[in-house]
Amino acid sequence: MTIAAHPQAVRPLKKRIADASEPYLYSAPALILIITVMLVPLALGISYAFRDIQLLNPLSGGFIGLDHFRALSEDQAFFRALRNTLWWTGASVFLQFLFGLILALLLDKPFAGRGIAQALVFLPWAVPSFLAGLNWAWLFNPVIGPLPHWMYALGIMDAPNNILSDPHLAMWGPIVANVWWGIPFFAITLLAALQAIPRDLYEAASIDGAGPVQRFLSITLPFLAPTIAITILLRTVWISNFADLIVVMTNGGPADRTQIVASYIFTQAFKRLDFGYASAIALVLLVLLLAYSMLIVLLRQTLLNKG
Amino acid sequence: MRTSKLLLTVAHRLAILAYIVVALFPLFWLLKVSVTPNDLLYSEGVRMWPSRATFEHYEFVIAHSAFPTFFKNSLIVAGSTAIAVTILASLAGYALSRFNFRAKYWIVALMLITQMFPLVMLVAPIFKMLSPLGLTNSLTGLVIVYTAFNVPFATFLMQSFFDGIPKDLEEAAMIDGATQFVAFRQIILPLTLPGIAATLGFVFTAAWSELLFALMLISGNDAATFPVGLLTFVSKFSVDFGQMMAAGILALIPACLFFLLIQRYLVQGLTAGAVKG
Repeated sequence: MTIAAHPQAVRPLKKRIADASEPYLYSAPALILIITVMLVPLALGISYAFRDIQLLNPLSGGFIGLDHFRALSEDQAFFRALRNTLWWTGASVFLQFLFGLILALLLDKPFAGRGIAQALVFLPWAVPSFLAGLNWAWLFNPVIGPLPHWMYALGIMDAPNNILSDPHLAMWGPIVANVWWGIPFFAITLLAALQAIPRDLYEAASIDGAGPVQRFLSITLPFLAPTIAITILLRTVWISNFADLIVVMTNGGPADRTQIVASYIFTQAFKRLDFGYASAIALVLLVLLLAYSMLIVLLRQTLLNKG
Repeated sequence: MRTSKLLLTVAHRLAILAYIVVALFPLFWLLKVSVTPNDLLYSEGVRMWPSRATFEHYEFVIAHSAFPTFFKNSLIVAGSTAIAVTILASLAGYALSRFNFRAKYWIVALMLITQMFPLVMLVAPIFKMLSPLGLTNSLTGLVIVYTAFNVPFATFLMQSFFDGIPKDLEEAAMIDGATQFVAFRQIILPLTLPGIAATLGFVFTAAWSELLFALMLISGNDAATFPVGLLTFVSKFSVDFGQMMAAGILALIPACLFFLLIQRYLVQGLTAGAVKG
């Protein structure tokens, strides 16, 4: 009898341990990889911000405390880049989201040829970003691209000039390329979320006499809200860090008008080879993005609590 | 009533058409440049189609450049990364979706933070770490790095797909005696095929077109991926735009095929009825 009771007494404990460790077993492979390949280099990168690291200078490498940050607080180019980042990120995310949402709504209802249409409109996402940048720089060039001539013919521009070399308009070049490239991301994720909304909700609302606008506001938007929150959060962070298009299309010019923080970091690291200063800028950007993310998460939490 | 419905349908199709035109026109321009002979490149720069089209750029790229090697390397790297990320992200996403455990919020915070640091700054430390292991200048090293970069977003994506599947399904299986892992593998995973397809697609295209790390970690032609290969058309005597664009068009083909392949799963089954019925 004692022999029979023994394994039964042990099993719950064993099972408790097994149950408690189960979620960790599932997430361990991903976590180990992220920690070794991203977090350890991240810590190293942060430490560079407090050291004098210049690639071609063998005497560099010493600890210099907050010197980089003092220099940064007086760096006018950095503050200009910060303002440009706001403009670049805000306009890109807003336009990508708006056009992505419209596209997702258009694709949500079945029609003949939807599969083909979907495959075609999602294609820009498959284009490597620097190839997209190169191609758009080409399109905006009046010698080899049609866009300036079209805008001139439509009366938008006084002469078929290259907007990438106009200090007041240059930022629109990378923004247009970015919107073209990023619409599919929002469209795909929002479409997936749209299709998960139970159809009977719409039917019930129709019977109750709700118009299309009312149905959109009271059913579609609330259901999409969690997806919208996470995608906008992630896209904002990605786009503010996304220098490819700008580096390829304008390289920050003309006169630093399109220099964003991410491209400024790239310039400091790979053109001036000053990794210490570049790391300091990156650390400031990281802190700003962290603050922004926390704000979004808090906002979402309060909205959820209200609901 | 009928005419207004017809008008609405026409407006809907026109809007879709507008999206298709905007999405495809830049790609059409890429194609146009790739078939324009070099001597007409600037003189007929703004024409919709050159007066004389040629495939010489394509011939050169396929037969006389290292492009086939780049292409093969990119396929290996993007394919392996997509598969590795999807496996890791399915497991981690399942843990985040189905379990309540203490470290959960820390894991989410950790994954979010990794998205915020400019990757440019990770180049030097990662190079320092990989080089003693012999993983620089190797495709394996690239796959490891890309997998780590893509796992966080893919985990969030997979978690959201798992969240959409009712818990009763695996609870029923577990009452019948299956362990949770068996229930996960045999019941939940097949239901998330659309999500898996979307994740595979996102990761494949991301790894396919990554340039910065491919450029910094790989020095020889043997292990170079195609974005780096595209730059070789720049660094010669002058930029050969025709050949570069031809290579670019060729490089779009696998990504397009991949998208066509997965987009069927993307819509099918994402409808809630398929799961709940």
